[in-house]
Amino acid sequence: MSLRYPCQSFEHSVARRNFLGTMAATGAGAIVGGLGAFTQPVLADQLKSDQKRIVIWDMHGGLSQLESWDPKPGTDTGGPFLSIPTSVPGIHISELMPLTAQQMHHLCLVRGVNIEENDHGIARYKMMTGREQIPGANEPRIGAVAARTLMPRDYALPGHIVISPGGGGGRSDDASYLGPRYASVQLGGGKPPENSTLPDSITVESDVARQEIRRRMNERFLRRRRTSIAEAYGHSYEQALQMMRQRDVFDVTKEPATDHERYGTHDLGRNALLARRLLEHGTPVVKVTHSNYDTHHENFNFHIEQLAEVDRAFSCFVEDLAVRGMLDSTLIVVLSEFGRTPRVNNRYGRDHWGKAWSIVMAGCRIPRGVTYGKTNDRGTEVIDGEVDHANLFHTYLAAAGVDTTGTFNIEGREVPIADPASEPIHAILG
Amino acid sequence: MSTPAETLDPKLAHVVSEWKHDRPMNGVRIDPQARYAVGVSEDAVASRFHLSDGTRTVLSGGFQGWGRALAFSSEGEFVVTGSTDGQITWWETAAESPEPVRIIAAHKGWVRSMDNSVDGSLIATGGNDNVVRVWNADSGEAVYELTGHEGHIYSVLFHPGGQWLLSGDLKGVIRQWDLTNGTEMRTFDAKKLHTYNAGQRVDYGGVRSLAVSPDGKLLAAGGLFEASNPFAGVNKPLVLLFDWDSQEVKQEHVTDGIERGVVWRLEWLSDGSLMGVSSGSEGVLLFWKPNAPGDFHRLTLPNQARDMDLHPDGLHVAVAHHDTSVRIIRLAAKTATTPVD
Repeated sequence: MSLRYPCQSFEHSVARRNFLGTMAATGAGAIVGGLGAFTQPVLADQLKSDQKRIVIWDMHGGLSQLESWDPKPGTDTGGPFLSIPTSVPGIHISELMPLTAQQMHHLCLVRGVNIEENDHGIARYKMMTGREQIPGANEPRIGAVAARTLMPRDYALPGHIVISPGGGGGRSDDASYLGPRYASVQLGGGKPPENSTLPDSITVESDVARQEIRRRMNERFLRRRRTSIAEAYGHSYEQALQMMRQRDVFDVTKEPATDHERYGTHDLGRNALLARRLLEHGTPVVKVTHSNYDTHHENFNFHIEQLAEVDRAFSCFVEDLAVRGMLDSTLIVVLSEFGRTPRVNNRYGRDHWGKAWSIVMAGCRIPRGVTYGKTNDRGTEVIDGEVDHANLFHTYLAAAGVDTTGTFNIEGREVPIADPASEPIHAILG
Repeated sequence: MSTPAETLDPKLAHVVSEWKHDRPMNGVRIDPQARYAVGVSEDAVASRFHLSDGTRTVLSGGFQGWGRALAFSSEGEFVVTGSTDGQITWWETAAESPEPVRIIAAHKGWVRSMDNSVDGSLIATGGNDNVVRVWNADSGEAVYELTGHEGHIYSVLFHPGGQWLLSGDLKGVIRQWDLTNGTEMRTFDAKKLHTYNAGQRVDYGGVRSLAVSPDGKLLAAGGLFEASNPFAGVNKPLVLLFDWDSQEVKQEHVTDGIERGVVWRLEWLSDGSLMGVSSGSEGVLLFWKPNAPGDFHRLTLPNQARDMDLHPDGLHVAVAHHDTSVRIIRLAAKTATTPVD
């Protein structure tokens, strides 16, 4: 299977190569080392100067590939929507995404995803960890792994942010053995982190004084009992202080009103704009969640609603990153836990379908304006370029410059960054 | 198929005919001359079934996507289909092989609902662009563009008096329009038929069907409520019965025991009862009296139902089913010629 370049140009047959892609990666070193996967100091410095970022658009519940990236109009499985041409001749997507269609020259559609799983929880684990779920095991999610491998050692703010429609506050446990420094901080409702302002009862002077006392006590403790856990504990305090000092970084209201209007005056529009703001301020890993697509009933009505929001926000997001020159350093991934059945059920719904569906990537080493993989005419199976969750996990990281054959050193134990039995999609990365 | 009107008895309703297309049906209408039942389905064709024997003729080439709605011009000379590509297409109803005779790009997004005026001179369409449009049924000329809805238009209905048009949307708003000048007169509050699910962050429900009683005193609005899980269709069917003058809800027809039910269409019968068709775990025809909340009878259908239309004789109903069938239901005692039990 090769990439499909509709223009058939020679230039497109040579994938862009990021210098980091040739890097050798070895053990991760100390657990707090943000560049642990890159052990050559010169290259690590280069990375800092060209800091890679990953932003994941998580279409929670199972976005229908047939209503988005791989439409099959006019077939018994195609549903009621038409397909439309895009900015790349020969590539068509659903009519529900007309604005995104105009950004297709930045995107790579991966249309042959098969994870052989239709259960939400198991499929989500696969897609987020790149591995099979084994009882008792808890692998770090893609965001944490990306933060661990991409975040500069001296990065002061939380390097892994999840922007969700609601909820929020605190860190999750998605970093597992990588440690809390790489776990996501959730910004619910697009709001800055909770409790990130100084209480009225504490003056700046008294806060400085109490932090100084804490640091002295911490240093004294570390002189005798330095452990990774103790370091992470101290780091969390310093990170919180930085977050309070740079609270504006998380404040989407600082973005121009015109951009709020462009992105859409809904949760996803605001959250996408916040993601852009965070990336521009150097946040290495951002995930934007959009809920929900688990449309067993009236799938088409709900996809009209949901994708209208996605189309506007996502198209602006891609365009802005491209215009600002950020696509070279930012990997965009649009994923879900699975797709939806080609069969339309008797309630106008589509059910869970992990066998033949699509994800999207853009930026970094990902070639632009192409498709990879193919499903049959009715979308019921992959007929070319089949990939799974493990291939995708490798590819995301490799596209951002991580050598996914490397390992993390976790308390003296070498743990593979990605499933060693799998590999990136070389046809995409070149 | 004519039977004396006095024999109407919904409690004796039964299936008399079953005709197949090859895709699930979305909608069905019977032409004013009672020659054909025309259905639209999950494909880009319409199916014309001859009511005398079920002979099927496929109407193709007029639209893309799915057919969603139907109406007829004066005396049923033309059948007009509305489709998910936003088009309305005129077909000569009785032609041996009907071809599209007029295609109009009517809406941006789906055409969800259509109706023809009682005299057949006008056709109304409601679409996903939140606009209601009124057309000259014979010429296709645009008569009115009615704006103001803030959600997809799920239902349109000409008032039997001829002077008003009603339209219902996803958000549970029913608007009454003056057909003499195209202005909005008033709104009915049917928000009980709308749900915004904060967890799933979706709007759901809507005014799926409208019917004005023959005496013009009652307006029925059908749909669903108590939608605890829209994505799984966990809800119950509901009909709100408005007093036409006061606009107050006089009755809520709640129908127990129908899981995932949605009232797709309503029709008033000659005995003053209201008939609705609902899908859910199974298809069902429901019958209510205006003065009682619960249904006084229900006919369980062989498959999920999505639409229905009352025959001009008032005794037969055409029902569109997911299993690709159009079934004819007789609302009276069986006859010697009943072909299907």
